[in-house]
Amino acid sequence: MTNVLTERQPEPSVVSRARVSLAHGINIGTLGPLLALLLAGIFFTIESDRFLTGPNLSLVVQQVMVVGTLAIGQTLVILTAGIDLSNGTVMALGTIVMTSLAVNAGLNPILTIALGLLVCAAFGALNGTLITRLRLPPFIVTLGTLNIAFALTHIYSREQTVSNLPDALTFFGNTFRLGQTNITYGSVLTLLLFLIVWYVLGQTAVGRHVYALGNNPEAARLTGINTRRLLLGVYTIAAVIYGVAGLLLVARTGVGDPQAGQTDNLDSITAVVLGGTSLFGGRGGVIGTLIGALIVGVFRNGLQLIGVASIYQVLITGILVILAVAVDQIARRRQA
Amino acid sequence: MNQQATTPVFEARGLVKRYGQVTALDGADFELYPGEILAVIGDNGAGKSTLIKCLSGAIIPDEGEILLDGQPVRFQSPMDARRQGIETVYQDLAVAPALDIAENLFLGRELRRPGLVGSAFGMLDKPRMLAEATAHMQDLKIGIRSMRQAVETLSGGQRQAVAVARAAAFARHVVIMDEPTAALGVKETHMVLDLIRRVRERGLPVILISHNMPNVFEVADRVHIQRLGRRVAVIAPHSFKMSDAVAIMTGAMAGEEVAA
Repeated sequence: MTNVLTERQPEPSVVSRARVSLAHGINIGTLGPLLALLLAGIFFTIESDRFLTGPNLSLVVQQVMVVGTLAIGQTLVILTAGIDLSNGTVMALGTIVMTSLAVNAGLNPILTIALGLLVCAAFGALNGTLITRLRLPPFIVTLGTLNIAFALTHIYSREQTVSNLPDALTFFGNTFRLGQTNITYGSVLTLLLFLIVWYVLGQTAVGRHVYALGNNPEAARLTGINTRRLLLGVYTIAAVIYGVAGLLLVARTGVGDPQAGQTDNLDSITAVVLGGTSLFGGRGGVIGTLIGALIVGVFRNGLQLIGVASIYQVLITGILVILAVAVDQIARRRQA
Repeated sequence: MNQQATTPVFEARGLVKRYGQVTALDGADFELYPGEILAVIGDNGAGKSTLIKCLSGAIIPDEGEILLDGQPVRFQSPMDARRQGIETVYQDLAVAPALDIAENLFLGRELRRPGLVGSAFGMLDKPRMLAEATAHMQDLKIGIRSMRQAVETLSGGQRQAVAVARAAAFARHVVIMDEPTAALGVKETHMVLDLIRRVRERGLPVILISHNMPNVFEVADRVHIQRLGRRVAVIAPHSFKMSDAVAIMTGAMAGEEVAA
């Protein structure tokens, strides 16, 4: 008897063959962005002596730290085929809670950091609850919470920037020396977060469930995954990560600014998409997002170094986003 | 086959399920014996899928009882049924396309590394899952080379084979297949039918729900015919004509005359 299964085995395409190594974090999805990042890096190294130096690269990482951290949470949400428009303003609310309670109410800054993270978590849980219980689309839910968090931030802060922060709140802005380079603790925390989330997504059951949920929610449910709880968990954890991004923002700027984060939602989505994560869910990962965030940072920094107006960075980012989504679409169509 | 001498693995007595004015199940009985493929057929609205949903835990019957190995069971959810060793394969290819075959086989039931890395850090035991997935697939003679292939690179039949292998790997009592070939072509349908036979050879009884009469007559040991919310007949396909089965299904022939 001939075995139909062996017979009909299609040759894996380049795309799928590469996807076999998904768990290792490097696949076709991240290969493109990595190539773009390297090419940009080579270009700016040739064009400017100052680009490939420790201090400059440390600066690039610092500049993308906040959006990069927001993008970690955004990646988790997008992997479930969702979207989170509220992350920038939720982060801003977190920073105001952290700074205002410490400066104006005189609470212990460690406690206020915890409270700030808690407020962010509550917003994540609200997003998740509305999406799972009322089955509202994530786009609309997070558009609503974006405005709610924005308004609460302004009402609570009375439009006032909070300054004279205690040291604990700006700790992550401090640096240590590595050779000739000053590195902020915040950069280390960001990279550590990327590493942790990469591990969880690739090496643990709950991580694989996030992919399955984004891929085929019905199949995930039928295999016994509690998809509601998982989705609620993803939005909540993502929001805690936004709170950490807020802490990094406070450390970097030294103030609690109620105007912060208003366009960071789109910037974080940009980083995720540039990193090759599919907006349709279930494909991609945080290593890509790190690369995506760095691409934006490298272009901004490099163009500045060679004296090109920074608006060209925006132009290039726009083109790259469309390119990234087009590549994803073509890859998906070939699979179908 | 001397089935009547043994107790059924899986049995239902007098199941009733009403939806408002509509009675989907009207005292339906059901028996599945060890080592058999039992096909369930019936016209639309015969209560076929309601019956299967009761058996797989997807809905709770209003009346009647379900027995597993002679013991009464009450499934509150499909999870409940799965915990009792009843696995279901669905027609619409319930797999996660971007995940690989091994990941799909163990989805929701992942194995962790032994020791601290597994318990504290939840690290998956990928080598073991890969090895066991390979063993399960070979066991069913499914000739797919790499378990690390994403499921989306497979044909429809191969995807369904992954779903069947998953069910067979984890079922302890019964595998329910709900229209497993409905989305497949002719050749791939036959491949899945072979697979269903191999599941039976491994000692797992199979409940096969299908619209496709030739398929049912090719693979089933017995055929349960559902009509108007009840079982009207159980026939042996080798001693029956397909047209008679259809006649019973549609009510043109009385089922009572042919109870097997």
